Amino acid sequence: MDPVIELRQATKRFRSSSGGVHTAVSDLTMTVAAGEFVAVVGPTGCGKSTTLSLVSGLEPPSAGEALVGGSPVRGIPDGVGYMFQQDAIMPWRSVLDNVAAGPRYRGATKAEARAKARDWVDRVGLSGFERYYPHQLSGGMRKRVALAQTLVNEPRILLMDEPFSALDVQTRGLMQDELLRLWSGSGAAVIFVTHDLEEAIALGDRVLVMTASPATVKGSFPVPLPRPRDVEEVRLTAEFLEIYREIWDSLREEVETARERGAANVA
Amino acid sequence: MSHDTLVQPVTAESPLPDPRRAATKRRYTVWSIRVLLVVAVLGSWEYSASTFLDPFFYSKPSLVWQKLVDWFTVGTSQGSIWEQIEVTLEEALGGFVLGAIAGVVLGILLGRSRLLSDICAPFIKAANAVPRIVLASLFVIWFGLGMSSKIATAFVLVFFAVFFNAFQGAREVDRNLVDNARILGASRTQVLLTIVVPSATSWILASLHSAFGFALIGAVVGEFTGADKGLGLLINHSQGTFDAAGIYAGMIVITVLALLAEWGLSALEKRLLKWRPPAAGNEMQI
Ligand SMILES: Nc1ncnc2c1ncn2[C@@H]1O[C@H](COP(=O)(O)OP(=O)(O)OP(=O)(O)O)[C@@H](O)[C@H]1O
Ligand SMILES: [Mg+2]
Repeated sequence: MDPVIELRQATKRFRSSSGGVHTAVSDLTMTVAAGEFVAVVGPTGCGKSTTLSLVSGLEPPSAGEALVGGSPVRGIPDGVGYMFQQDAIMPWRSVLDNVAAGPRYRGATKAEARAKARDWVDRVGLSGFERYYPHQLSGGMRKRVALAQTLVNEPRILLMDEPFSALDVQTRGLMQDELLRLWSGSGAAVIFVTHDLEEAIALGDRVLVMTASPATVKGSFPVPLPRPRDVEEVRLTAEFLEIYREIWDSLREEVETARERGAANVA
Repeated sequence: MSHDTLVQPVTAESPLPDPRRAATKRRYTVWSIRVLLVVAVLGSWEYSASTFLDPFFYSKPSLVWQKLVDWFTVGTSQGSIWEQIEVTLEEALGGFVLGAIAGVVLGILLGRSRLLSDICAPFIKAANAVPRIVLASLFVIWFGLGMSSKIATAFVLVFFAVFFNAFQGAREVDRNLVDNARILGASRTQVLLTIVVPSATSWILASLHSAFGFALIGAVVGEFTGADKGLGLLINHSQGTFDAAGIYAGMIVITVLALLAEWGLSALEKRLLKWRPPAAGNEMQI
């Protein structure tokens, strides 16, 4: 099958604050097939968010290529949904109007947009909070608003940057199940960045391990667990533990490298 | 140790003060001290002007009050007081609205366009450094004694006050919000209207408070420079006839107008910024 998302030797450099050049992503090659759920793990600061920004078209690669749907990314490709790591919902709009923003931008009438939005507010479990402003919500609720805001556009390509890291364990489990349920019918290609290896395995068809900065793909590990999955159940199976051990072996080295460098920088 | 001392629930007879009662009492104290202060100042002024100060130069509260009553019942040297108020308000309002619109539009445009702001920066800085009050004289020559010269003076004063805030507000827009909107499908214009303008609103509203004061100053100074109607002319006329009470009375009328406008703007601000968390210290708690 043709890949929906493809990075070919993509490299991204930034000008660092000291005036030098910082390479965030180096020579990164990866593909994601239609309908595939790829989870990405890697040490903090390695360049995971930067990778997503290349795919979304918000940042052009410094070298190499990013392709979506077979054509090079110029500007934001059609059908991309991107849930940022940071809060990005509009503080001056109510929950409902935040979720309705996407359809409104895309030309739906106010009534249509609101009807769609109301449906998605329900699906992320926020019914009753439609008229609240973001400052009246908890951090986890704001994340759910962002999720609904992204999914209401029915993206074919879904980029998620640590969407659940602000949630408590119970809510996170619920949201993970919910995400799998919503995704299973959609046929969307997903890149899901997370710090949590368990989450990566529980959700993904494949787990990509990134190297310490600059990021490239260190290894790609298929997750042959059957679907539909119940994230709480699947964690307890023997296969899960085996996969976990295998990936963690690979990830640990990178985390340690990153930590040593961090310590060296501080010293 | 007895149980009574250990358990200290908040019961009806516990010495916790009722917060609402406390607030009422506080308000009462604040207001009575304010009134006392006003009475003390006015009283000592009245007393000094009746004993050792010359009321011809310094006037006194009773004379100022008399003047105000005169103006509102009999009329002023220039005709009905209401007409003067109306003229000044119209000029101030005209300058305020035009200046605010121009300031907001230009501020946001320059704030969002690197190129434009780089080109215009030196001109704007230079224009801002010009002593703008002096322009009032120029405007009288250009536009004559009528309203338009005062509107122009108010306009330049308001424009710069609003412009710099709108500019700053448009610059400080959260990048994530803009990126998020673009991903959600917003065009450039939609980003401008749904992200940049609302982000800059609190900055702009903050500047509008002082801007209306500036608009009034502009109108009054304009009238001072040369006019056939208005509160500034009235004050100018009082100055010409050494009528100190008239100057005070004019000041009071203008102050009241400014306070009323301030109150209206605060109400508008509260409405437009209802999405903001309440300021620390007066959260909506039970
Ligand atoms: N706009 C930018 N300008 C300069 N440097 C940047 C920029 N964006 C990212 N970087 C740098 O690139 C590196 C990778 O950042 P990135 O946000 O992609 O990391 P990450 O893997 O998402 O980290 P985390 O897991 O903590 O979110 C960091 O060292 C960061 O300082
Ligand atoms: Mg990140």
